[in-house]
Formats: sequence, C-alpha cells, structure tokens
Amino acid sequence: MDFLRPTTLAEALEAKAANPRAVPIAGGTDVMVELNFDVRRPDALLDLGGVAELAEWEVDDDMVRLGAGVPYNRIITELGAKLPGLAMASRTVGSPQIRNRGTVGGNLGAASPAGDAHPPLLACAAEVEVASSTRGTRRIPAGGFFIGPKRSVLEPDELIVAARVPIASGPQQFAKVGTRNAMVIAVCSFGLALNAGKRSVGTGIGSAGPTPLRAPEAEAFAETEIDGLWDTREPLPDSMVRRFGELVSEAANPIDDVRGTAAYRRHALGVLARRTLAWAWADYRTGSWST
Amino acid sequence: MTRSSERTRTEGGVGHSPVRPDGALKVKGEFAYSSDLWADEMLWGATLRSPHPFARIKLIGVGGALRIPGVHAVLTQADVPGRNRYGLEHADQPILAEDIVRYQGEPVAIVAADHPETARRAVAAIEVEYQVFEPVTDMDHALRPDATVLHPDNETGNCVRHVRVRTGDPEPTAPVVVTGEYSVGMQDQAFLGPESGLAVPAADGGIDLYVATQWLHVDQKQVAEALRLPQEKVRLTLAGVGGAFGAREDLSMQVHACMLAMHTGKPVKMVYGREESFFGHVHRHPARLRYEHGATEAGDLVYVRARIVLDGGAYASSTTAVVANAATLGVGPYEVESVHMDAYGVYTNNPPCGAMRGFGAVQACFAYESQMDLLAEKLGMDPVELRLRNAVREGSRMPTGQVIDSAAPVEQLLKLVRDKPMPPPAADDLREMPGGVSNTTHGEGVVRGVGYGVGIKNVGFSEGFDDYSTARVRLEVVAGEAVVSVHTAAAEVGQGLVTLQAQIARTELGVAQVTVLPADTNIGSAGSSSASRQSYVTGGAVRAACEKVRAEVLELAESPDARLEDGKIVNDDVVVADLVELLGDKVVEHTVEWRHRPTGPLDSHGQGNAHVQYAFAAHRAVIDVDVELGLVRVVELACAQDVGKAMNPQAVEGQIQGGSAQGLGLAVMEEIQVVDGKVRNPSFTDYLIPTILDMPPMPLDVLELADPHAPYGLRGVGEPPTISSTPAIVAAIRAATGKALTRVPVRPEHITETEETT
Ligand SMILES: Cc1cc2nc3c(=O)[nH]c(=O)nc-3n(C[C@H](O)[C@H](O)[C@H](O)COP(=O)(O)OP(=O)(O)OC[C@H]3O[C@@H](n4cnc5c(N)ncnc54)[C@H](O)[C@@H]3O)c2cc1C
Repeated sequence: MDFLRPTTLAEALEAKAANPRAVPIAGGTDVMVELNFDVRRPDALLDLGGVAELAEWEVDDDMVRLGAGVPYNRIITELGAKLPGLAMASRTVGSPQIRNRGTVGGNLGAASPAGDAHPPLLACAAEVEVASSTRGTRRIPAGGFFIGPKRSVLEPDELIVAARVPIASGPQQFAKVGTRNAMVIAVCSFGLALNAGKRSVGTGIGSAGPTPLRAPEAEAFAETEIDGLWDTREPLPDSMVRRFGELVSEAANPIDDVRGTAAYRRHALGVLARRTLAWAWADYRTGSWST
Repeated sequence: MTRSSERTRTEGGVGHSPVRPDGALKVKGEFAYSSDLWADEMLWGATLRSPHPFARIKLIGVGGALRIPGVHAVLTQADVPGRNRYGLEHADQPILAEDIVRYQGEPVAIVAADHPETARRAVAAIEVEYQVFEPVTDMDHALRPDATVLHPDNETGNCVRHVRVRTGDPEPTAPVVVTGEYSVGMQDQAFLGPESGLAVPAADGGIDLYVATQWLHVDQKQVAEALRLPQEKVRLTLAGVGGAFGAREDLSMQVHACMLAMHTGKPVKMVYGREESFFGHVHRHPARLRYEHGATEAGDLVYVRARIVLDGGAYASSTTAVVANAATLGVGPYEVESVHMDAYGVYTNNPPCGAMRGFGAVQACFAYESQMDLLAEKLGMDPVELRLRNAVREGSRMPTGQVIDSAAPVEQLLKLVRDKPMPPPAADDLREMPGGVSNTTHGEGVVRGVGYGVGIKNVGFSEGFDDYSTARVRLEVVAGEAVVSVHTAAAEVGQGLVTLQAQIARTELGVAQVTVLPADTNIGSAGSSSASRQSYVTGGAVRAACEKVRAEVLELAESPDARLEDGKIVNDDVVVADLVELLGDKVVEHTVEWRHRPTGPLDSHGQGNAHVQYAFAAHRAVIDVDVELGLVRVVELACAQDVGKAMNPQAVEGQIQGGSAQGLGLAVMEEIQVVDGKVRNPSFTDYLIPTILDMPPMPLDVLELADPHAPYGLRGVGEPPTISSTPAIVAAIRAATGKALTRVPVRPEHITETEETT
C-alpha cells in the first residue's frame, strides 16, 4: 500500500488526479476502522494531514470557510458563536479522542446518512467546496452533495476542500437520539437553523433516510407561520410547533435497522423537531442566541 | 491458635487494599496482554469461519490459499491429530467443522502465514462449497418433536438439559395470582482484550501455549486430547488477560494455534479482531420465562410455577450448569412452600451460549423480580414490603430442600438500599439528562422512577463437582530478607486475584515481601476464575499452604503456639525469634490441594444440597426517563451486598461497580441482535456497553457477615451485583412510564411503543 503525503493542496489534488483510487485520509476515524475491519484494501492512502490549507478556517463575507481538515474540537472551541448548530453537532460526535481527530471533511467524505455534521450543514444552507487539479473548484449546496448511503457527487479526482457555512443570523439547534448517553451513532438526529435576517427556517434530518435530508414542507410551513412573529417575538402557538414536528416526521424516509425501527425514528424526529423549534424560538425571543 | 482478627493487622494483608502490581501498568497502557505476545520467526494464524448458521460442507478447496507466497499451512478437520471434539460439559463441538456447520462463525479451516495480512488473504482464498439448510432459530420451536434435530447423538433431541424442581403441593392454589412472560436478549461479555495466544513447538514434541484464559487446566486437557499428546507435553502459561466474564471458559484459538505450530514447526500467534471476537466466544443465554406466582391476600407467597427456556445455541458449552442455576435459584431469595419449576436448555443454530457472569441466575432474576413488582401492585403493597415479608434468612429452606446454613441478610440488604437518601433532582446540565450531551431534552418529558431488585447466586461449582484448587507456598531468605512466593494456576482476569494471594500470604506468614509467580500448568489445577469462586477456593488453598509452612516454621522455632508477625516469631507479645535468623538457608515449601465442602447432585425432583454457598445483593435504582423519546438515564444505583469478609475492600467495590454496570448494560442497551441465526451487530459501534456518562454514582453498603464454612468467612463477590441491578433498573423505568416492559434490554421503542416495522 502506498502512503502519499502531499504538503500543499495543489500537490494533494495532483496526487488524487494521478491516483484516482487513492483513499484520502484526514483524521482517519472512519478510514482506519474500515481498514481494520477489512472493509477495504486501497492501493494507496492519501494523507491530508500535512496540507496546511485544509487545516484552517477563515471568515469570507458572511460565511465561514471551514477547511475540510479542521477537527471537531476546534469547531467547538473556536466557532461556537459563528456556527452554533455545527458546534452543537460537533459536541455530540464520538468521544474526546474522536473529536480531536475527526473532521467535517471526513464526515462529508464518508457521506454516511448518520454523519452528525450533515444536518446542521443542510439546515443553514451550507455549500461544499470541492476541487480537482484539472477541472478547478466547484461549490455544491449541501442538499445536493449526497446521493445515497455513503455516496456523494464527489468525483474520483476531486477532494473536499472546505465547507462554506453562513455565519448564524439566528438561533440554531441540534439534537441527536442514541441509545447511550455519549459515544453513540445517531439513531436519528435533527438540525434546525432560524435565519432572522432572511426570515427563513432551515432543517436537516440525519439517520432517517438513504441520505441526510431536509424537510422542505416543514420549512415552508414554519416560514409562513412565523412570518408575522419575527418582529413581535410572540410565542409560537403549540399547534404550530406540533404541526412542524409532524411535517419533519413525514419528511423522513427511515428504515428498520439494528439501531432502531423506522416507526421509532419517525416518532422521535417529531419530538426533536418540536423541542428544537421551541428552544430556538425561546432563544430568539430573549436574544440569548447572539451572545 | 491465632485468631483471624489478630492476623489482619499485617500491612498489605487480608482486609487491606494494597496497590495492585498490575494497576499502574494497565493504566499507563504498558501491561503486556496476550495480544502483545511475540516470538522470533513466529507465524500468524487466521481462521476461516462459516458464513451460514446451518449448512453441509460439500467441498473445501485449499489450493489457492496454499499457493499465496508467505502461507505456511492451511489445515482443516482432517488435520486434527486427535479427537475433533471439545466442550466443557459435553464434548459436542468440533475443533474444525466436519460435514455440518451449526452456527454462523463456526471455524472451518485455519491458516498460518508470515504476516497477519497474508493469513487473512489466504483465508479469503479458501473455497468452500456449502449446501445451506433452513436454520433452527427459535428456542421454543427447537423443543417441538417435529424440529430438525441438530445433534443426532443427543438422546433428548434438541434439549440439552431439563431440570425440574418440585416441592410442596403439586396442585397449589392461592387467592391472589399473577402471571407474566418475560424475555432476555443475548448479552455479550464484551471483554476488551480479544482472544489471543502464542503456541511454541517444543523440542520434546510437545507444545508451549501462552494464552489468555480462565482455567489453564481445562484448556490443557482439551488441547492435549485434540492434539493426541500426553497432558504433560501440553504446557500452558497464562498470558495477560484483558477481561473474561465467562467468555474465556471455552476454547477459542488454543487448539488452532497449537495445530499450526506443530504443523509448521514455528511459533504461531493468533489474535482475533473485535468483529471476530463476537463469533469467537460464547454469549449469555437468551431466555424466555413464564412465571405464575400465587400469594395470600396478606402478601405471603404460596406457590411459584415457572417454565424457563434458555437458548444454548449450536453447542452445549456450559448450558447444563446454566439450566441448573436457573432452576434451583429461579424462585429468588424468597421462601415459597410449593414450587413447580421446569428449566430447559436447548440447541439451536444461534451463536453458542455459555458462561457469563451470574449465568442462569441473571435471566431468572429479571423474571421473578418483575413478578414480585406485579404482585405488589396487585396487592396494593409496597414492593419492598412484599419482598421483606417473603425474604429468605439463615435457616430457610430453598426449593431444592437445601437449608441456607450461613448468613442470608436479604431483609437487611433491602432495608439498606431502601433507606438511603434519595438523590437530588437532575441539575440543569445536559450530562444529567436522559440522552446526555446529545441534547435531546432540557427537561421536557422527563419523569423520575425508583425500582428495587434483590438476587441470589450460588458460589463455586455445584452438583457434586470436585471443586478444588492447588497452591504452593515457599518461604526462604533471599539477600537477608524473608521472602514468600506463591504459585497457583489460577487466572488473574482483572479481578485482583494476584493481589489477593499476596495479601493472604502476608497475613498468614507475617512477611511483607510476597511474589506471586506466573500461573501455569507446572502446578495442579486451580479451577476456573468463574462462579465467584477464586477468592474462596484458591484463596482457601493459598491459606492452607501458608498454614503448613507456618506450622513447620513454628516447629523449627519450637513455639507451636506462636504467631508470625513482621518477620518475627511472636509468642504472647514476646519475640521468640527472628524469622531470617531462624530460617538461615532453609527453604520451607508446601503444596496443598484444597477443596470446599462437597455438594451433591439434584434428584429427579430437583432436590439436593447442590450448592456450596449462596450470595446476595440488593439494588435500588433511581432513573430519569424521557417518556416521549424513550431514553433513560440511571441517576443512581445503590447497592448493598454481603461479602462475608471484604478481603480487599477496594477490589470488592470494584466488583460491585463493574457487576452493576454489566447489569445496567443488560437493562438498557447491551444485546447481540440475531436474525435468522446471523449476528447483525458484531462491533462496538452497534453493540453498546455503558460509558462513564451512563454509569451513575453508586452508594454502597458492604456487609461482612462471616460464613463459618468459608476461608476468612468470605462470600463470593463477583456475580451478585450483576444479577439484581437489571431488574431494579427496569422496575424504575416501569414506575416512571407505567409500561409493562417484559423484555430486556429495554429499548426506546418499547417505552414509546414504536416497535412495529413499517
Ligand atoms: C469511536 C468512533 C465514534 C464515532 N462517532 C461518531 C459520531 O458520533 N458522529 C459521527 O458523525 N461520526 C462518528 N464517527 C465517524 C467519524 O469519526 C466521522 O465521520 C468523522 O467526521 C470522520 O472524519 P475523519 O477526518 O476522521 O475522516 P477519515 O476517516 O480520515 O475519512 C473519512 C472518509 O472521508 C474521506 N475524506 C476525508 N477527507 C477528505 C477530503 N478532504 N476530500 C475527500 N474525501 C475525504 C476519506 O477518504 C474517507 O472516505 C465515529 C467514529 C469512531 C471511530
């Protein structure tokens, strides 16, 4: 097995174009498990750990351009205010060891429907920036990135360079159900972003479909119902919150598996959607989200 | 004679908690486990396993595998030199499959190669043609007369053992009756150090095997038979054991590594990965239990009728003992006049099940304690009151007719946990919410519940088994200092037995410097590190050997009534002699084979003095459950246990905490999910065990009510806490949710009633 160690992004992209079957490795928290379990035997590993361009984040206008190789623990400590939804999701990932190594680039690369970074990226309409040495850079809306379980639109000669995540302009929430109180893969999860500037509501559903999903009808419903309330900051009617939960539940497309039944996932997503909307709206009313 | 209260004064002796010799190494990651074994020129072994739960092997093609460079051997059942059968109670399991495979993961062929990767590739290159059969996967169906018989040699079809217990009125009636059906899922021991060992061929044609196991001598015997070698040519040494909990009682890679080593003439190491480990050892028996309890209006138990079916999977392993435990302990620590109990262990094509902490008693306790709660509810009685009213005590008669002849403080244990102050409500911190840091509730839907459980377990091997241990103790002067060495074949599996052996020697011989030699087969058997028995039996053997050494020393000092204390011979507080001076060059050494008092068989009505000692623990569980999401957080788990004598108080607490954690796992998360005979979650990604955020604080009460029959009065500690924590937690969830919850582990689907498939 070859072990390729580029030190710049350009080198990395060239190496990927020259060896399209080389498997990129960032934190290795998915790749090493697969190697260990003999799930795959790549001819080459492309270590992205030495590529400085991937390891940083920067503010670009009203976005955070989050390098694919920034680990979760840095998102938690450095980006809690700018990207609260993603930071909350990052806190739920694995254990401290996993959060020290694991990255959003790796989460996207693995493209698991259970990846915890995905619901917040969907909810706040982030884009995935990918690049190839021959065809340049393209930006893909998070909602269009995933095409099936563990499959994305990433081409074999491409690498994920960054996630472009809008800086929060409203409260965000993330909640994940697992059958243990820490270190657990999601049975289902839900991300919510209220965008007070655009007066929009974003959603992301994890682990309840072949890919991470949005709940467009729930979003549209909430936007209509909340429309007059952004200024008055009145409480949301219970019936509205309930309906929102139902629509999120209906948007899911879950299956029965070892982690839970489809029926449970639908049910739990409704509960999570209700609760996260209530929390987010309470934060919006008090303004506590922006501190 | 010296009295034990005087002897416990020795620093680092019995009753103290000296630092474990392996503690710092383990914490720092420097301890050498069996997976760290290494020999020059060694080869790596790997195992081909059946993908099918039930099939006929039509053809095995090894040519492709043998042609891979670096492959030294590919062996099948035809290469087993001796008897191709093993098993703890029935030798019914092939070392390598012959014509039929009976479970998914059954070993079919083995490979040795110069690199583990090459060995794995070679395994993948072996071609096997199977004729696949419909597996027998339901334990009740397996018992029906028309079921496919999986072991045609077994006279009772798919029934491995049926134990009936009958006492009292054969047709009892009672004014208040409750019935319930319960089930228990398949739990895994989930030890952290997977199966591993190193086999080194010896010049004398024998073999040296370094292996992580629970019982060296039972391995030795089985390996020798399979290799067709005299027992003395199969020498075993215990390698670093990364946990056991019953899963290392049966053979795994022992014979395979030895076969490969003898065939190639080179050392062969085998290490299972985590996934393979799930197929490489037996699990806890899943069970279906049907109970009927009859009681008076006042709450006195009149009768119990029960039927317990335990799924033993493809091979017998310890099933016969598991069935006996379930049957004889299946009424719980309660006095019941009439008992009508049938317990069955069955063969299916599910993964083989055998020993796991608390076996037989764990499954039964979930059912009988659930029944006690149901009965309390029907009577409108407090569940603890009902238990107190019916609790056994010293002198009570078990359903087997056996009289409990030492402390049975069930009443006291229950009161201790009941009267503990209640924990405060959850703080405003996600880590204190059900769902934890996953942020699923900020208090919404959270309801608190409290539940109780009490259990009973036998200690040591039962039913007339010749249960003994062997210890050699040597006292001599080395570099001007008195030094003791202790040698046994007892397996340190993490429980702290090495520390304990040294404590006993310090107490008995008044010598600070004690070395515990590596466990190996150069000495007689110590029996298994299981059944909560090693402190009792090997502890008893070490003490007995020390007593002989002491007697000889005192004879030498011509002061037969003196004590050994701090390196001195002391008589009536007067120093008679200094041990170093007295001994000079003399070495005092004694080897003792020590037995606990005999037990007897069960007759056809399940009557007999089958158990040597009973042990009890009680739990109170306080839980918070999010009733909308079905997520549970155990807030506090109070436990009270009688240990007879806390030989090493810190180790005792460790056993109670660890055992309770395993019971917590069974209550709310741990299950090997088997569908159509196939394991769906053979990894720690989906076989969940409790983390530090799942395990609550545990207020403990440790009673020391000496058992006059046992060394130091001690009572086995390891298993009882695993038994009662499960029902206590489930009772608490029931109290909070009002749901019946008749199955463990309880899943969020059970609490939210979203089990139906779509
Ligand atoms: C114990 C444990 C617990 C875990 N818990 C969670 C959890 O709670 N939630 C969760 O979501 N995940 C969890 N995971 C999975 C894993 O940690 C995450 O998916 C993590 O985000 C992967 O990041 P990584 O940098 O380690 O990826 P790697 O393992 O390095 O890579 C993952 C995949 O992405 C590809 N890849 C990586 N970087 C790039 C790139 N720049 N361009 C293109 N492809 C790339 C790799 O080729 C590979 O296919 C857990 C894993 C373990 C071992």
